[in-house]
Amino acid sequence: MATYSPTTRVGQLGGGGDVLPPSNGGGDDGGFQGSSLPNYGARLRRARLGLICAIATVSMVFISLTSAYVVRQGLPTYDGTINSYVRDWGMVQLPWQLLAINTLLLLLSSLTMEAARRDITRRSALAPLKSIPGIALGDEKSFPWLEVTVLLGLGFLVGQWFAWGELKSRGFFVDTNPNSSFVYLLTAAHAVHLLGGIIALLWASITSLQHKPVEGRRIVVDVAAWYWHFMAVLWIYVFALLAFAR
Amino acid sequence: MATSATVHAHAPQGFIRKYIFSLDHKVIGIQYFFLALTAVWVGMFLSLLMRIHLLWPGASLPLVGEIKPETYLSLLTMHGTIMVFFVLTTAPQGGFGNYFLPIQIGAPDMAFPVLNMLSFWTTFVAFVTIIAAFFVSGGAPLHGWTGYPPLSAIPQAGPGEGLGADLWITSIAIFCLASLMGALNFLTTTLDMRAKGMTMMRLPLTVWSWFITAILGLLAFGVLLSAGILLLMDRNLGTSFYVPLVVVNGQVMGHKGGSPLLWQHLFWFFGHPEVYIAILPGMGVTSQILSTFSRKPIFGYKAMVYAMLAIGFFGFMVWGHHMFMSGMSPYSAFAFSLLTMCIGVPSAIKTFNWLGTMWGGHIRFQTPMLYAIGFVSLFVSGGLSGPFLAQPVLDIQLHDTYFVVGHFHLIMGVAAIFGMFAATYYWFPKMFGRMMNETWGRVHFFITLAGTYAIFMPMHYLGIAGGTRRYSQYTELAYLQKLMPIHQFMTYAAIITIAAQFIFVINLFWSMFRGPRASDNPWQSTTLEWTTATPPPHDNFGGVTPVVNHGPYEYGVPGAARDYVMQTDPATISSH
Repeated sequence: MATYSPTTRVGQLGGGGDVLPPSNGGGDDGGFQGSSLPNYGARLRRARLGLICAIATVSMVFISLTSAYVVRQGLPTYDGTINSYVRDWGMVQLPWQLLAINTLLLLLSSLTMEAARRDITRRSALAPLKSIPGIALGDEKSFPWLEVTVLLGLGFLVGQWFAWGELKSRGFFVDTNPNSSFVYLLTAAHAVHLLGGIIALLWASITSLQHKPVEGRRIVVDVAAWYWHFMAVLWIYVFALLAFAR
Repeated sequence: MATSATVHAHAPQGFIRKYIFSLDHKVIGIQYFFLALTAVWVGMFLSLLMRIHLLWPGASLPLVGEIKPETYLSLLTMHGTIMVFFVLTTAPQGGFGNYFLPIQIGAPDMAFPVLNMLSFWTTFVAFVTIIAAFFVSGGAPLHGWTGYPPLSAIPQAGPGEGLGADLWITSIAIFCLASLMGALNFLTTTLDMRAKGMTMMRLPLTVWSWFITAILGLLAFGVLLSAGILLLMDRNLGTSFYVPLVVVNGQVMGHKGGSPLLWQHLFWFFGHPEVYIAILPGMGVTSQILSTFSRKPIFGYKAMVYAMLAIGFFGFMVWGHHMFMSGMSPYSAFAFSLLTMCIGVPSAIKTFNWLGTMWGGHIRFQTPMLYAIGFVSLFVSGGLSGPFLAQPVLDIQLHDTYFVVGHFHLIMGVAAIFGMFAATYYWFPKMFGRMMNETWGRVHFFITLAGTYAIFMPMHYLGIAGGTRRYSQYTELAYLQKLMPIHQFMTYAAIITIAAQFIFVINLFWSMFRGPRASDNPWQSTTLEWTTATPPPHDNFGGVTPVVNHGPYEYGVPGAARDYVMQTDPATISSH
């Protein structure tokens, strides 16, 4: 616990803001709303931290759904006609080929997403050089990785839509049996979260058309990329759960 | 990097950007505060209706007419839900946390101001949604704030279980999203936006409490969200997650094989941490106030931090103690019982540290201090019945009786609300630039303290005597009829206590406009919010970034002209 040292000049202590030194860094106060000279490094760190929290909470949603899945699967149900307990989990014929294609699409999109992230990271690192007189970086045409990722992501969602249609045509509806309920629930929950990622990517694409600073866009793309990879891992998990814990 | 001055120049001027869709954490904090204030009056009014109905079952009451048994159930459902979500979760964290966490760590705003605004307005939509349940055909739901299926999962199960119950679940799902956004913001802000010198072990205990509450919220609300989605599916899509084969009014429902216990597990996995989400901020502000008004450093700062972390940690492992009566294995019950008792240890550490803080201090009995002491008193009184209920054997007798109602109202309800009162009286000068009336503050305190004890202590006797909760009438059963005098006493106490709350509200609004002007540091407190102007400017510190040189509770410093050292005072005042 702090105590006064004998040399303290107590009389000079001020309680008000007037004794405070001017802003001298710490890197923590840049980049909030309204700032005209944002500190991109601090903003990126902050956005990544926020993303970790978001991933934690999305994980909790899927952990609780998994827990419900496992519990519901093991529940015995009383069947009055045979006077004993039976398992009513039921079976679902998953459209394997379609789901495999969707999985490939999503994994591919993860690769293009990573390419987009690295591309914009490189460009944002070079951005300060452009302001130096006499330095021209050339009018480089970068591949539209972001747009390709959005297309692949939308392709995955359309593929999932077809997968649900296939399930329907095979006679498996949401309320057919608990197994089919969970198939729809888990795939839909993942699709909703992926849609959030697509919206973030679309936003990043739109801001690139508005010629906003590349450093700011890089933050959106970086965070969206990590989220996107998480979505890919999450899909593998959901797929594995549906495939192996039937 | 940006200097705060540039930001200061960008403070919004238009009414809508400044007061309605504001990005300023202080405005958002006040919005949360008033939302919770509105909600607490709605919730309190519902409890008044219930208490009056218990004494005069046939009476026709304003706004609701004669209260039928199902109306009584919808009143208690809405009372519980509104109080737990829109008061106990909203005000301490969303209100005071939003306003003071950034200032106390020396930040100009929350990490994500837009997200902050969104989380408030999402909460607002959730509140409107739940209030709408009163006005749809069938009225508000009957299933209690815990929403146990099958009652909550079958629209035909009773009036209010149709659209009313859908609105109820939807409201909670929206509230979950809002709380998750808020928690994310609180965590990022605390971890990343602390001023220079503000190490984790120099954080005021209020910040620690909001931080730990945010961790709990981040991990708990997602589970409730999933549980709510499953419930909505059972209700509307014909699935059978929670609903077994049931017959309602002679009609077989389409469900089979689901387990109501699955809901209970998921709900209470959220529900128990929720108790700590409600109470932890109260613990933080109590620590802050006890230290300030005792003019002594907090006793055992680190122990306080670790105790809160331990409470949060154990809080996730005790949900089963709400389900002892559900047919759970005795071995599981034993584990849950033991873990529940473990929470008594950090709770006791906190209580003794609070007492140790006050011991030998130069105590200033101003209103915030009175409420902080009241918090400790209620925390002990309400907390001690916890270990009773944690015993599976005793819980068999006490489950679903008024003993439980008394227990959780004292600790989760009233103690948390005393924390809010303490926070209001303590921070009002900083928030509104004026002082609240001290005399009426004390009157309000003593009536409220005596009143809440008079309402909730008799509930313990009632419960031990077998008085069941959630019954709308006690006049029909002989053994319960003998307990009616206790109900009478509680109802009269409730009417007086509720009347006393008008003192608070009048004091609040009167002081907002007519109270004496507050200085920048009226309580001679040490933390950062007292170093800045009253009320703080848009960027909190008027263009400068504070540098922290001291711990948060350096009071009673020997040999000093002033008995406290502010966190921003020069480092020449050595910190050992």
